[in-house]
Amino acid sequence: MMKIEAIIQPSRFESVKDALLEIGIEGMTVTEVRGHGRQKGHTEVYRGREYTVDLLPKVKLELVLPDQLVNRAVDAILKSAKTGKIGDGKIFLSRVEEAIRIRNEERGESAL
Amino acid sequence: MNRGQKNFKLRRTGSAAYNLAYTGVSSQLQTRMRTAKDAHSFASEISMKRMGIVCCSVLTLVLLAVPLLAQQSPATASAATTSASASSSEVSPAVTDKLTQLEQKVTAAQSSADNAWMLVSAALVLMMTGPGLALFYGGLVRQKNVLAIMMQSFALMALITVLWALVGYSLCFGGSGPFIGNFQMALLRGVGAIPNADYAATIPQSTFMVYQLMFAIITPALITGATAERMKFSGTVLFMILWFLVVYAPMAHMVWGKGGFLNASLGGRFPTLDFAGGTVVHVTSGVSALVCALYLGKRVGYPRQPMPPHSLVLSFTGACLLWVGWFGFNAGSALASNGLASSAFVATHFGAATAAIGWCVAEWFKNGRASALGAISGAVAGLVAITPAAGFVAPMPALGIGFIAGLFCFWMVTKFKGIFGYDDALDAFGVHGAGGTIGALLTGVCAQAVINPIFGDGKAVGGLDGHWGQVGNQLVGVLTAWVLALVGTIIILKVVDVTVGLRVTEEHEVEGLDITQHGEEGYNLEV
Repeated sequence: MMKIEAIIQPSRFESVKDALLEIGIEGMTVTEVRGHGRQKGHTEVYRGREYTVDLLPKVKLELVLPDQLVNRAVDAILKSAKTGKIGDGKIFLSRVEEAIRIRNEERGESAL
Repeated sequence: MNRGQKNFKLRRTGSAAYNLAYTGVSSQLQTRMRTAKDAHSFASEISMKRMGIVCCSVLTLVLLAVPLLAQQSPATASAATTSASASSSEVSPAVTDKLTQLEQKVTAAQSSADNAWMLVSAALVLMMTGPGLALFYGGLVRQKNVLAIMMQSFALMALITVLWALVGYSLCFGGSGPFIGNFQMALLRGVGAIPNADYAATIPQSTFMVYQLMFAIITPALITGATAERMKFSGTVLFMILWFLVVYAPMAHMVWGKGGFLNASLGGRFPTLDFAGGTVVHVTSGVSALVCALYLGKRVGYPRQPMPPHSLVLSFTGACLLWVGWFGFNAGSALASNGLASSAFVATHFGAATAAIGWCVAEWFKNGRASALGAISGAVAGLVAITPAAGFVAPMPALGIGFIAGLFCFWMVTKFKGIFGYDDALDAFGVHGAGGTIGALLTGVCAQAVINPIFGDGKAVGGLDGHWGQVGNQLVGVLTAWVLALVGTIIILKVVDVTVGLRVTEEHEVEGLDITQHGEEGYNLEV
């Protein structure tokens, strides 16, 4: 089992979701987050006072998948989230020890 | 040609109004702003002179171009015939009786019309404080202080009302002293349905009283823009009570009260033109705001830490409500539903429009973009500047005053404030102090007898009439407001500082005034 954490542009979220659905992935956790990598922020001006906004809105997706689905999911995210500009985000992969479904206490991949 | 036509129109509509509404009304119509009757007779004098030159062409043009006038002409003519035949024949007692009845009914009708407009105006001016100003300021502060700033405006709606009923109205409009009123109308003694002929002869004094109250409410509320995000609620309450008594009441009496030394129509030494409160409302509150900002000091983290407005949507809504409410503020200051009210309404609207444009143009040049905050700030600056001028200036000068105010206040807020480094959090001084001052001075330049012959028929009013001395009078009025606001506010701040205290602790300021001063939050959006 692997966990995929993908931080993407909010504007790409709908197409990422659709791409994942297409390869049969139905469950995910989505959070609205703020942050920046190399992109840095932008400047806002209120009555002549300039503010640099460093932290930009992003969307974070978290999915835990059986190993055989991970590569296809990563491909789907890469294709659908890419605009080619700075600020497109990142994907992090990590191994997951265990998964437990709360309803019936199923364990392992069948709990996903 | 154009002007001749305009004057002619004015005369015709003026005389129609006279026949309909003013026959039989006694000559006690000496309100602080002269009524349409004066405007009518003066305008007709001018147009008589010009008539000789442009008579034929103007008549043809008017009759062709304005069907409305063509309709009015027979009515005017027939009214003239009636009065002519009445005076030439014997008048029977029955006719005299009927005429008396008619006169009474006409007076009552005019009073009803004026009263309806003035009650609506009073409500409009209250709407400027809550929700107008509360939303405008509320959106500009950070999220943690939104309720505190709104509550300050709302508290004033209640507080000043009680003060007004007890002594406020009397201190502003009682007696005829040069500096402040008296206690003659304290507890609203004698204030009821009978008009007060000194101020507004056609509306119940209760209407005049409650209308003026709304001005007294919004004026101190404007100051809260400078003290935002750091002043204690208890300190604000005490400060506002004292400020109303020490600064507002004397200034209102000096400019608008009978015998006040700046009064323009009721025996002032330095007749200052202030139609709806450029000096009384905006200069006093704006200058006091500056003093407060300097005395209180900067907010924690200013100017290093970003403090952007938390919701420009609220501010935008508030500014639009202010614009609409301002029609009650300025056009209502005619104290009657007459031609002068319409003139003030137009000037107000025009001034707001060009000021919004002025501010946006300046922004566009400087930052490459026009912002929503800039547009609404400009509109408010224009409304401030046109306030003293509204009932004295023609539409074209109103456009000019607004544009100048938009540019000037933009410079005050974006440049001047930065140079001196004071933390006028929401720019109460930059908009109201600066806009009020420039508006009051420009009133002296642009006021015209054609619009409002306040100094008597045929007498020049402002610089455009050739009476440049009026600019000097305006300067006296503005300086008086500045000095009174400066000295009064410093004393009051000192008193409040040593009694209940002015500023919240640093921890409370960082946590936010909503929680620490009121024990609640503006937004509880999470489940």
